[in-house]
Amino acid sequence: MNRETILNGSAAPADPEPCLLEVKGVTKRFPGVTALRDVSFNVRRGEVLAVIGENGAGKSTLMKILGGVHAPDQGEIALDGARVSIDSVQAATALGIAFVHQELNNSDNLDIASNIFLGREPLSSRTLGLIDRKRLYQDADAILGRIGMACSSRTLVRDLAISSQQMVEIAKAISIDARILIMDEPTSSISQHETVQLFKVMREMKAQGISIIYISHRLGEIEEIADRVLVLRDGQVSGRLERPDIGYQNMIRPMIGRDIESFYHLEHTVSREPRLEVQDLRVPSHPAQPLSFTLHVGEILVFAGLVGAGRTELLHALFGVDRPLGGRILLDGKPLTIRGPKDAIRAGIALVPEDRKQNGLFLEKAIEFNVTIAGLDTHQKLKLIQFDRCEAITDGMVATLNIRAQDIQQLAQTLSGGNQQKVVLGKWLSLHPRVLLMDEPTRGIDVAAKLEIYRLMEALAQTGVSILVASSEMLEVIGIADRVIVMCEGRFAGELRTKDEITEESIVQLSTREN
Amino acid sequence: MKRVMGIAALLLVIMAFSAVIQPVFLDPYNLKNILRWTGLFGILSLGETFVIMTGGIDLSVGSVVGFIGVLTVYALKVLGISIPMVLVLALLASILIGFVHGILITKIKLQPFIVTLCGLFIYRGLARFLLNDNTQTYGNGFTGLKFLSAGRLPAAFWPNHSAPPFVADWSLPMPFVIMLILGVGLSIFLNRTIYGRYILALGKNESAARFSGINTDRMTIIAYIISAVCAGFAAILFSLDLNTVQPSAAGNMYELYAIAGCVVGGVSLKGGEGSILGVIIGVAIVRVLYNAINILGIATQLEFAVIGFVILIGVAADELIRRFARHRTKRA
Repeated sequence: MNRETILNGSAAPADPEPCLLEVKGVTKRFPGVTALRDVSFNVRRGEVLAVIGENGAGKSTLMKILGGVHAPDQGEIALDGARVSIDSVQAATALGIAFVHQELNNSDNLDIASNIFLGREPLSSRTLGLIDRKRLYQDADAILGRIGMACSSRTLVRDLAISSQQMVEIAKAISIDARILIMDEPTSSISQHETVQLFKVMREMKAQGISIIYISHRLGEIEEIADRVLVLRDGQVSGRLERPDIGYQNMIRPMIGRDIESFYHLEHTVSREPRLEVQDLRVPSHPAQPLSFTLHVGEILVFAGLVGAGRTELLHALFGVDRPLGGRILLDGKPLTIRGPKDAIRAGIALVPEDRKQNGLFLEKAIEFNVTIAGLDTHQKLKLIQFDRCEAITDGMVATLNIRAQDIQQLAQTLSGGNQQKVVLGKWLSLHPRVLLMDEPTRGIDVAAKLEIYRLMEALAQTGVSILVASSEMLEVIGIADRVIVMCEGRFAGELRTKDEITEESIVQLSTREN
Repeated sequence: MKRVMGIAALLLVIMAFSAVIQPVFLDPYNLKNILRWTGLFGILSLGETFVIMTGGIDLSVGSVVGFIGVLTVYALKVLGISIPMVLVLALLASILIGFVHGILITKIKLQPFIVTLCGLFIYRGLARFLLNDNTQTYGNGFTGLKFLSAGRLPAAFWPNHSAPPFVADWSLPMPFVIMLILGVGLSIFLNRTIYGRYILALGKNESAARFSGINTDRMTIIAYIISAVCAGFAAILFSLDLNTVQPSAAGNMYELYAIAGCVVGGVSLKGGEGSILGVIIGVAIVRVLYNAINILGIATQLEFAVIGFVILIGVAADELIRRFARHRTKRA
């Protein structure tokens, strides 16, 4: 049994073949977008290969291909020099490719051992399906020992800290005798100290000959742990770095690639007049961090930072989705009480949410339904809907926003991501908001639609609409912002006021700086 | 609309099938019975529709039929309160029941299934306690009130039962007429008012509804009130129809008929979808089946089994057809 070998810690026989995994010319197309184009790379035995790139660069698609979730349209994958086809998650597992996802996939009602061996429990009776509990816990404890986890494998997963839950995922990977471990942003939700522990385990695994593909936005960590770096941009390989070359600037350059100035550059005049003044606002996720800022008329203010920095929570508090714990909000100089989204909408505040499928759209309803739902109480007489008016408004939005659809009764779910986002925008623009809050406004949409949305934001700002954006995409932040506030762990880490100050470097520095 | 046509076609097929095998099915007397029961159960299903529309379920309607039925007859016969007062009392009690359900579900965030399951037990218990488990009849009085359940239109417009035979034969039973009026009203509410749209929106995606500024809690509470008021109103009609109220049996299992009518009528249990006309036809299908079992001489013990099977086949066919259609559009 392979598991036995691993448990006993005896090293695999040395293989003269230097490359464990070889990916050649992989291309993957989705309707309307080519996610990966002719991507080639290899992974050596016992190394950490970091894969970096902007959101939407194709990292997760590439990993899903290795994990058997997607099949490539072209190209081949070879393991140990032999061509393999990874057509299912089971096939990937059988080949020794394991995944540690950004979101945890544990059943938190079960204990650690049950999670590690979920679906592969050692049985004492095959026919009755009786679990060999003794072996289950013995094996699990042995694995925990190997990754330096001190607790018993009988501990319930829900009683563990997030970082320990992540370790359970890693233990799972080791238990299937993984040769390649894919880690998707494993440090996004754990502390600095826990990261150190994680890196220790990763080095341990390297020493045992396990290769790790490591995806992260935190370039500092990559400098520390990676042996080689693969950079993706727009679905193509835009850079490869060997250990001696791994450095901050060398990683950034191929990630961004083209000249930011030529990508999009917005020019509009920002008024000095304050539109939204926020004083000592405290949001439920970071109650100890009072936030104060002012948004001016016609200004595009961007909140930058890492995932979990508290940007979404701030926007939700301003829109009334979550009630703030304290603080004052002034709109055009008048104090504003926001008890719920309705109050915010009435005051002229709109929110384009981060997760448009969950919070922005009624996917199984028509464009017209989606565009008019928030303004229905103005499109009614005696509470009866004025359908002709709704249709006229929707027609207007479809035209202004260039929504590509057969007609306004088409269901939202049949539209492309970009057009869906335009429908969400249409819902709010039809109400002529004074403040537009946008949470990751161009996530998961193609470049053409992105540019359209940027142009629209520019046009809105020109007419005096104030726009507050939360964005993790560096290009976007640099391209559209009049001003940037960088958030880190719920507080404002710094403010960048001029185009010269707003640089990739300063944003990354502020968003990762330790307290 | 396509969906309603399909349901209507199913109704016609079952009716034609019954009529061919047993011509008595088309007898005015038999059809009148079916219409009356369709009206009574239709009122229940119409109310239930709004709860299911929000993505919830109301299991209490059968017990509400029992409880409000008992309350009404108790107030009229035992306490001797005037008819208008009793009707107001019944209405207020129904509103209160729906309101409490809605509050528990939206503010305390209990699951609709649990809240209304508890309601199912509680109202039945209260009904039995109030009349000490004894059957109470309306007796011979209350002719005005009884017109609501036994009256027929337009035959009632002729004094002293002097309507010509054709009119007498084909007059519609009052419960059916009431159900139609209610159906038109609720259909306008659902399809034409902003509130109907809010209910559809929150049933489809509650989070997105909240992010669109809809007071989702209030709309949910309104849906449960509609359901309870419909059940309370049906309770009075049911008890007048039987002229007696038996606390332990009145409305027993009616919640399941109410839900079945909705499901057959194309209301998605996931919420956000369904039409009033579809529900009325769905209820009619269940009633016609029930009737067919009786007149076709199928063992009445098989009644539930037959109804269950037909509903299952209908719903499965609907799902398969839809999946097929989706598959085809995806490929196109």
